[in-house]
Amino acid sequence: MHGTNSEKQNLESIANRLKIKVIEMIAISGNGHAGGSMSIAEIITVLYFKVIRLNLKNALDENRDRFILSKGHASATQYAALAELGFIPEEDLWTLHHIDSPLQMHPERGMCPGIEMSTGALGQGLSAGVGMALGAKIQKKDFRNFVLLGDGELMEGQVWEAVMSASKFKLDNLTAIVDYNKFSLTSSIKETMPLEPLAEKWIAFGWNVIDVDGHDISQLMGAFDKARTTKGKPTVIIAHTIKGHDIPAFEDKAESHSVSFKVSEVVETLKKLGCKDDEINLTLSKMN
Amino acid sequence: MKDLAPRDVLSKTLIEIGKSDSNLVLVDADFGTASKIWDFQKHYPERYIQVGIAEQNMMGIAAGLSTVGLVPFVSTIAVFCSRRACDQVAVSIGLSNTNVKILGVYAGLFVGKNGASHQSLEDIAIMRAIANMVVVQPADAVETVQVIQFAAQYKGPMYIRIGRDPVASFLPANYKFELGKSVTIRDGKDVTLIAYGDLVEDTMKAAGLLDGKGISARVINMSSIKPIDEDAIIKAAEETGKIVTIDNHNILGGLGSAVAEVVTEKYPVNVKRIGVKDIFGKSGSDEEMKRVFGLRAEDIFNETIKFLKN
Repeated sequence: MHGTNSEKQNLESIANRLKIKVIEMIAISGNGHAGGSMSIAEIITVLYFKVIRLNLKNALDENRDRFILSKGHASATQYAALAELGFIPEEDLWTLHHIDSPLQMHPERGMCPGIEMSTGALGQGLSAGVGMALGAKIQKKDFRNFVLLGDGELMEGQVWEAVMSASKFKLDNLTAIVDYNKFSLTSSIKETMPLEPLAEKWIAFGWNVIDVDGHDISQLMGAFDKARTTKGKPTVIIAHTIKGHDIPAFEDKAESHSVSFKVSEVVETLKKLGCKDDEINLTLSKMN
Repeated sequence: MKDLAPRDVLSKTLIEIGKSDSNLVLVDADFGTASKIWDFQKHYPERYIQVGIAEQNMMGIAAGLSTVGLVPFVSTIAVFCSRRACDQVAVSIGLSNTNVKILGVYAGLFVGKNGASHQSLEDIAIMRAIANMVVVQPADAVETVQVIQFAAQYKGPMYIRIGRDPVASFLPANYKFELGKSVTIRDGKDVTLIAYGDLVEDTMKAAGLLDGKGISARVINMSSIKPIDEDAIIKAAEETGKIVTIDNHNILGGLGSAVAEVVTEKYPVNVKRIGVKDIFGKSGSDEEMKRVFGLRAEDIFNETIKFLKN
């Protein structure tokens, strides 16, 4: 097992907090991309609270590791993590998707600290990550670069252009993570456009491939360790996840993609995540 | 530098800038020998990034490179910078407001004999409509050097159309490019002809033909298409009454549209748009192209005479 027990427990409790925030943000906002936000909670947690090198006093430190959420629609989880890190005030979370909020539905570079690239148009984030990783090599800097992609996003041809180029440039300072939750907007990936054999595709393109349970903190920590020590080629972590993880009404369903929660669904989910009645009631009081 | 093509000066200019600016990097989508940026890699191989025939990825890589402090110039055929990679330019460069310079080479109709698939007749319309993006086409080799030097200093997204073929220069020797400023290369009082890029030469010839008929035509080189020189357009409307625009582009969304927008809002006068009339291009020499699409000096002359009679 990677990491100590207490480290693992700490990260698990952060992931749980991020999930609670995501549900509260989406409940208060009125709707949001709950399914894909919940499937990445553990991945985002391990990245931001274990793997990525950040300067908490300066979000723009030039030696910081870079992270791009290429599946930009799952921004709620990233925003929750940025608030937890202190990059944005927690009260901003309750402005999610508002017209004048820095927390746009799809992240925008320059609007919010920690957002390295505007995403939302699927398929574009990995190319930018290749550019950053290549830039680090050209400048002989040692910052690392991480791009989290959705599984549905892999249907975009540009992703494979980027995959090919990362391999050409031997970008061992680049790690891609695929949130393999098996659903896109309308239906299962199998029906929409089958990706399998997925690991073999990345291997054929010259990548180091690691397969993990994307909700298992220890496995994720181990995978990022291996990625860091793999030289001469980029690594992809294929993280098997559950869309709508921990939302009882929507778990493992395409319908979790974009959700307007009923009160009962909010109550049920927050209870499952360990919230007390007064915390739940506070969220409900802010819902329209 | 008479009779050089704008693309002919790219390598030399970029190599020169690269000497003092170690952050300058070139990103190529397998077109460098044709776009004539190729020699840069002989001097700075580590700063010449070959991404292969993948224009969408090229735009994203350039965006990423720019965020870590490098100054990327990407280049390929103008049509693939714009039509092929439109959303990448919009989101990874425009919306992300990344410091990327896009060289759209083989701009407009003149693409050798490659024909419609390779002719960018929509790129000005596309790029002009992307917020944060600046759009420029230098008229000749002299102005190309100036624009590239400007671009290397400018912070923000920039689209630069680069002509393929040699053109005569009409710019004064001490000419200095300024973003948002045009240059009047011939003064006149009866009509103003506004052009950019390769068609400035034919427009100047047309002005000479008009002179022979006793018509005094002002000619403006509007290399900065966005932001556009509103003052020069309003002054032309005030002083010459009528305006003719000449586009190496579809007349929908090109310079003619940009000029008409200014004139309509600020100083309404009649505007005649000469350009490609909402049809696709063809294979052919530049001369054949100009004849078929009505862009020869004599065509500009005839259209202007007709326009002035109305």
